Amino acid sequence: MASRKFPTAVLALGATSAIAEATLRLLAERGARFYLVARNQDKLDAVGADLLTRGAAGVATQVMDLDETAAHPAMLAAAAKSLGTIELALLAHGILGDQKEAEASYTAAEAVLRTNFLSAVSLITWLANYFESTGQGTLAVISSVAGDRGRKSNYVYGASKGALNVFVDGVRARIDRAGVQVLTIKPGFVATPMTAHLAQGPLFAQPSQVAQGIVKAIEKRRDVVYLPPFWALIMLILRMIPGRIFKKLNV
Amino acid sequence: MPQKPPSPGFESWGRYPKLESSIVPLNWTCDFPLHPPPATRMLPVGAGRSYGDVCLLGHGTLLRTRGPGLSGGMDHLLDFDPATGVLCCEAGTTLGEILDFAVPRGFFLPVSPGTKYVTVGGAIANDIHGKNHHVAGTFGRHVPRFELVRSDGTRLVCSAAQNAEWYAATIGGMGLTGLIAWAEVKLRPIVSRNIQYTGIKFSGIEEFLVLSEAHAKSEYTVSWIDCVATGRNFARGIFMAGDHASEPDSLKRSQPAKLMLPVDFPEFLLNRRSVGLFNSLYYNKQRGKIKNTLVDYEPFFYPLDKLQGWNRMYGKNGLLQFQCLLPWEAGQAGLVEILKAITASGLASFLAVLKVFGNVPSPGMMSFPKPGITLALDFPIRQEASFDLLELLAAITLDHKGRMYPAKDATMTAAQFQAFYPQWKRFAAYIDPAFDSAFWQRVTA
Repeated sequence: MASRKFPTAVLALGATSAIAEATLRLLAERGARFYLVARNQDKLDAVGADLLTRGAAGVATQVMDLDETAAHPAMLAAAAKSLGTIELALLAHGILGDQKEAEASYTAAEAVLRTNFLSAVSLITWLANYFESTGQGTLAVISSVAGDRGRKSNYVYGASKGALNVFVDGVRARIDRAGVQVLTIKPGFVATPMTAHLAQGPLFAQPSQVAQGIVKAIEKRRDVVYLPPFWALIMLILRMIPGRIFKKLNV
Repeated sequence: MPQKPPSPGFESWGRYPKLESSIVPLNWTCDFPLHPPPATRMLPVGAGRSYGDVCLLGHGTLLRTRGPGLSGGMDHLLDFDPATGVLCCEAGTTLGEILDFAVPRGFFLPVSPGTKYVTVGGAIANDIHGKNHHVAGTFGRHVPRFELVRSDGTRLVCSAAQNAEWYAATIGGMGLTGLIAWAEVKLRPIVSRNIQYTGIKFSGIEEFLVLSEAHAKSEYTVSWIDCVATGRNFARGIFMAGDHASEPDSLKRSQPAKLMLPVDFPEFLLNRRSVGLFNSLYYNKQRGKIKNTLVDYEPFFYPLDKLQGWNRMYGKNGLLQFQCLLPWEAGQAGLVEILKAITASGLASFLAVLKVFGNVPSPGMMSFPKPGITLALDFPIRQEASFDLLELLAAITLDHKGRMYPAKDATMTAAQFQAFYPQWKRFAAYIDPAFDSAFWQRVTA
């Protein structure tokens, strides 16, 4: 697959998230063009200027709350028009939510599911059809190791990511034969604003490390990637613990 | 009983003093001013590479422009003009990140300190200097413009022509005049990563001065000096001169540092004998009197950056750094007196640096450098002894009309600071009413 052209027309959803930004910087150095979507114009401007300075061939931005699924088709059509062809779509928006709050209130749990799962379903539905009809493209979805097994400390966030993983698996099986790469990215702990309130242990990776892994996974046309890769082993062990024991553990 | 410090804790590079404060990460320039404003006073901090308490504020709110482990933060590059070499970036960008961007494009920092893990905001706030001070002056001289954001939301674009007083007060202003949102840095062209290096052994201050004079045309000069040896080895050292190589060669990006000091060393490890042994080995590593070679810029400028967290070598109590400037008019007597006091104490570490400052004026109102000789070295913290020594060194510095460097200081008294920097009252008028630092509280008490 080395002869395949690396994607240069990039749609980034949740473009101001730390992992997205680190990834986009690497793509900018390769001269990519971008359509950036996020909630805050000031932040989008900063990311846009940064990517242009680092070598991006062009940047367009759109302010949008991705929870508003009704507005997705118009935004995605505008992105496709602006980029000519969308070659890579990176889904990077998401919220951690507050587990304790989500245990007490369905409204809080629903907010996590809406942002992390339902809005992604809406975006992926459009993008899967788009990529299938153009017979090309990479759909890269940032999920999480938390989706591999429900843990008592973060099962609401985990459920949103677990559901996302299942959905993306199905989409991959459907459109892989059309020549589309569908990549599930499962980062472990990453030092980002989303996790800034947690104590940073030795398992924490830098966004730039994760970004390098994402670019490599796109290059190698992987289906699922754990980042850093040692998380594949940690999650394998975690999944193998019998439920009878797992429910007694404080993980 | 002191309260548990909020997590994650924040220490300056010297890890002394240890003060509790809240931390608010700033990832975007639009994150400041804070809504709602904090109940306490504030201080912007970057990478936390200042040694003492200039980047600390007990019971205050630290505005961190860099995340822990230097992840994230206000690090966007906003513009670069290859025709002029002017790079505009947010204040949390580190000098290492600038090099990663600039070197492959054939550019280099205008002024480099001894570590690349400092932020642009910190470099301006302390108006840092490097091995090329004698020809290039301080970092602030290469910052044509920056934006200062005050706690009331006022945004001031500052340059020598626009808001000139704020420009002068903020360069070397120790972060007290407001938050620097972004700054322009004028880079210089290079054709290779290499430095043409000359190392010359010297013995005594006289010879150091002769060498400094003879190599005044070299862009970079600095000396390592043995602050432990006595007798005929007193004030021996290695004079190092370097220039960017003129022969085109590799401009590739540096690899990230991998070595990390994982634990605090026990305190007894650094003592007169171990440091004396290290110094002898270091001095004798260079066989001949003169050594000429081509070296990469990383080991030339940032030898210690290879070992992440080297400050843990001093143990959990941390270290004290002393850096003074002795003006030419004071002659050599002050320097000899200081060196004698240090060797007599037996407390010196191996990281001791001697350099001649040039007469390129600093743009900052409170900038540390001025023409003369500067000496910088670390001391482990040993009960009373280290503090007594620092007190003595400060007194000698003052006697010889010198001054000490706030970015490296944890011990100077209010009376000493006010004598070193008589302009401090004029500067105080520019301090943001919501800003403060542990250093400022100490030296204006």
